[in-house]
Amino acid sequence: MTTSAETVGKKFNIDTVENAAKTPDTELPWAELGLKQNEFDEVVKVLGRRPTGAELAMYSVMWSEHCSYKSSKNHLRQFGEKVTEEMKKDMLVGIGENAGVTNLGDGWAVTFKIESHNSPSFVEPYQGAATGIGGIVRDIISMGARPVAVMDPLRFGAIDHPDTARVMHGAVAGIGGYGNSLGLPNIGGEMVFDSVYQGNPLVNALAVGVMRHEDIRLANASGKGNKVVLFGARTGGDGIGGASVLASESFDDTKPSKRPAVQVGDPFAEKVLIECCLELFKGSLVEGIQDLGAAGISCATSELASNGDGGMQVELTSVLLRDPTLTPGEILMSESQERMMAVVTPENIAAFEAVMDKWAVEYSWLGEVTDTGRLIITWEGEVIVDVDPRTVAHDGPVYDRPFARPSWQDSVQADTFTGSVQDAGRPSTSGELAAAITELIASPNMCSKAWITKQYDRYVGGNTAMAFPDDAGVVRVDEETGLGVALATDANGRYTYLDPYHGAQLALAEAYRNVATSGAVPMAVSDCLNFGSPEDPDVMWQLAESIRGLSDACMELGVPVTGGNVSLYNQTGTVPIHPSPVVAVLGKLDDVARRTPSGWKEDGQAIYLLGTTAAELDGSEWSNLRGHLGGLPPKVDLSLERQLGEILINASRDGMIDAAHDLSEGGLAAALVESALRYGVGARIALEELLERDGVDLFTALFSESQGRAIVSVPRSEEVRFKDMCTARGFAHLRIGVVDAAGGKLEINGVDELSLDALNEAHEATLPKYFG
Amino acid sequence: MTELPLIGGAPVAVEPHLAGAKIGVVTFPGTLDDRDAARAVRLAGGTAVALWHADTHLADVDAVVIPGGFSYGDYLRAGAISRFAPLMSRIIDAANSDAKLPVLGICNGFQILTESHLLPGSMIKNDHLKFLCRDQVLRVENNNTLWTSDYEAGQEITVPLKNQDGQYIADDKTLDALEAEGRVVFRYVGWNPNGSRRDIAGISNAAGNVVGLMPHPEHAVEPGFGPESNAGTDGLGFFTSVLNKIVGGAQ
Repeated sequence: MTTSAETVGKKFNIDTVENAAKTPDTELPWAELGLKQNEFDEVVKVLGRRPTGAELAMYSVMWSEHCSYKSSKNHLRQFGEKVTEEMKKDMLVGIGENAGVTNLGDGWAVTFKIESHNSPSFVEPYQGAATGIGGIVRDIISMGARPVAVMDPLRFGAIDHPDTARVMHGAVAGIGGYGNSLGLPNIGGEMVFDSVYQGNPLVNALAVGVMRHEDIRLANASGKGNKVVLFGARTGGDGIGGASVLASESFDDTKPSKRPAVQVGDPFAEKVLIECCLELFKGSLVEGIQDLGAAGISCATSELASNGDGGMQVELTSVLLRDPTLTPGEILMSESQERMMAVVTPENIAAFEAVMDKWAVEYSWLGEVTDTGRLIITWEGEVIVDVDPRTVAHDGPVYDRPFARPSWQDSVQADTFTGSVQDAGRPSTSGELAAAITELIASPNMCSKAWITKQYDRYVGGNTAMAFPDDAGVVRVDEETGLGVALATDANGRYTYLDPYHGAQLALAEAYRNVATSGAVPMAVSDCLNFGSPEDPDVMWQLAESIRGLSDACMELGVPVTGGNVSLYNQTGTVPIHPSPVVAVLGKLDDVARRTPSGWKEDGQAIYLLGTTAAELDGSEWSNLRGHLGGLPPKVDLSLERQLGEILINASRDGMIDAAHDLSEGGLAAALVESALRYGVGARIALEELLERDGVDLFTALFSESQGRAIVSVPRSEEVRFKDMCTARGFAHLRIGVVDAAGGKLEINGVDELSLDALNEAHEATLPKYFG
Repeated sequence: MTELPLIGGAPVAVEPHLAGAKIGVVTFPGTLDDRDAARAVRLAGGTAVALWHADTHLADVDAVVIPGGFSYGDYLRAGAISRFAPLMSRIIDAANSDAKLPVLGICNGFQILTESHLLPGSMIKNDHLKFLCRDQVLRVENNNTLWTSDYEAGQEITVPLKNQDGQYIADDKTLDALEAEGRVVFRYVGWNPNGSRRDIAGISNAAGNVVGLMPHPEHAVEPGFGPESNAGTDGLGFFTSVLNKIVGGAQ
């Protein structure tokens, strides 16, 4: 199985390096491949001649926005710069590798990353979302880790738009169909409906994996004479996109004219690939490994070579193909899924092949590592690519895109909800407030997400200690000690639209708070920055401000960004999505048995509200329900978030609280209902003291989205200790009620009684109503 | 590299005297719940033995669990390819032999058992056409099988259910025979989650040594990692049942 017979002797008009040197004036389709004039000129300058067709294919995909981060690179640097020594302490692998790696202690390490698969998921929701999971999982395997869980933050268009059902059904089924088949529990995510995402849904995917320190693998090709192998699925014509313009390479014009630009996933192949890779790692059979994602072989060869000793020689006809008509350029650009590339020493070849044969995984030896500093790719021995791999993988163009605060920003910020037309008739009577709470928790963004989550396997692996709808997903890593990790992802496009700098910080603050609410110590961050076109100075300003805000906040909270992804051009015509930096925070639990769930259970426990409430309704879910977006988002106070986190973590560790739920979208009203519905256990709540202390009315107390708050339930035996701890730390805390296990209702003084049955029905009915 | 199924020494064994009993757990390409089944065996006090689909011998195990997953991607039909694995021939022979090897098929394992004709009937796509993951209440209709003897007859247990192709079907004659012979071992209670005929969640062969069911008892064996009701350990009885039988029989 060393060469693929069907490709040999294929009649292509191969554009060799020799030919390129001889024919400098040949017209090349660089514009159709997405390169700009200055970029093409740069390629010519780098090579000292015109590129061959194959080289052009490589540069065009590797210098694309998606692969090169050319518009965001100058800003992303801040994530690496705003880092203290203390933050680096537990970072084993930082930004730049397939995924960052964080030390968990006891010799354990964890790697996690979040990525976008937005546009494929709009074009073909099932396969787009499925391959989004597949790609991020392969990033995790590439680090030497066993993937242990996935999460899926999703943002769709308006819930009642006819196209939303198409995208929603497809994306959820794709995530489930792929993730469930891999044996990875889905432990959480997000679901937001907003018409700004109508033509640009955001399908982000997160994967987390664990490993022992000694098992960390990096993507580099070192050791002259070591062999380069491609294994997994065969290479096909899927995911090529612009490469069809390279068909001029072929004499044969009978091939399919329109190839799918969306990749097609095979979760079974990926599951086998996971187990197969873990067996390779176990036997120390690979020196370097890289998954094939965006830009396929172009990316894998150039990155492996430039991160290693700098040279590699590859024979492209050795690639196993699903479609024998593919041209060299197409083979280099194909984004066929479930493929990996590895570097293997000659003495390990037999052992490597034995593992492949055991798992019935196809492989082909493509070439070897050299010390020439060049990446040479041949076609039946003729050189079609001869480049310095760094120029492909790392030295792409970098743009300082112009950005400026949008002219409309001031007027948007001046348009506050309070007193607006939409604020007319604000609920105030006990009946109106009860109706408002019910309306809120039945609304598209606040309703139960069970319609989605019950399509995902949460149990597989046997280590899921907590999952949706609790604040964070919790997975056990070590069965003997109970060591585990907690993960949460958050973003609020509305807040970020109103104020990108603080909006991004609010996303971090919420994810951080969610992780701390579960009892875990926040350790690391991964971000998926979803924005519109960077060529629009308004959008570029949103991106720049968000990165600046997020990096400042990471520094202040002491949690480093270890990796992530940027997704630009999420816009329809000239209308961009809300800036949507999705932030994932990973935390550590010494013993997952101590995790804190969000729901009340024990009758008679005291319910405390931590933090204070201000009149902050701008950008809130309530204002969203009334069709208003303006003003300034809630105030961010990161030192307060840090203090709150410490209280929640200590209280969990010392057994002072049995339940905790953070306050975010929907404010106290949403948190109270969610904590009650979690186990069907109600409470009696009195907020008079809060209204007095914070100087707000009952409506504001219930619907404001002030930050740095959480509700906890405290066993009576722990109440004194808990209050003393909050007092000693000078953190605002107030007893607002008591758990009522028998009543079957949520009683709030000044609000008509809410039966849990009615709340549950309202909460659960929304998604089935729209999606069946 | 450390073995990373994340199943270390594991918490306390329930019945230490059972450790001598060996239960094989089969892995096919695409099997997902093999580590979980092995953990369940261990938590029940037994010794789990990893079996590979391509093996041609049963490694002297006292019983076999065919766990859940998507073996061969469920391509063609769930279980349709796995049933031809070399190890399946050994399992089929041993199950039908006088020794009556105890065999439990969970989810995809149940599908493989019906494809292997060790159990009658078949599974088709859930009637609502979606994958469904939920905590499911089952009634133990027959506690005289090798895998259910530690339960009370009529006992209701809660274990996770998670599948796409979980609708059990058979012709009426077969269903009538299963009912008449007491071979309907589990029935869904409260709500039929997939349209299965006569609410059937699991069945046995005539001898009672082969049992298959769609829900996942191996995911209800450890407090905090299973369903939120009854400590979440209602599934442990499957494994203690067979282990007690094996150890009892050996004495």
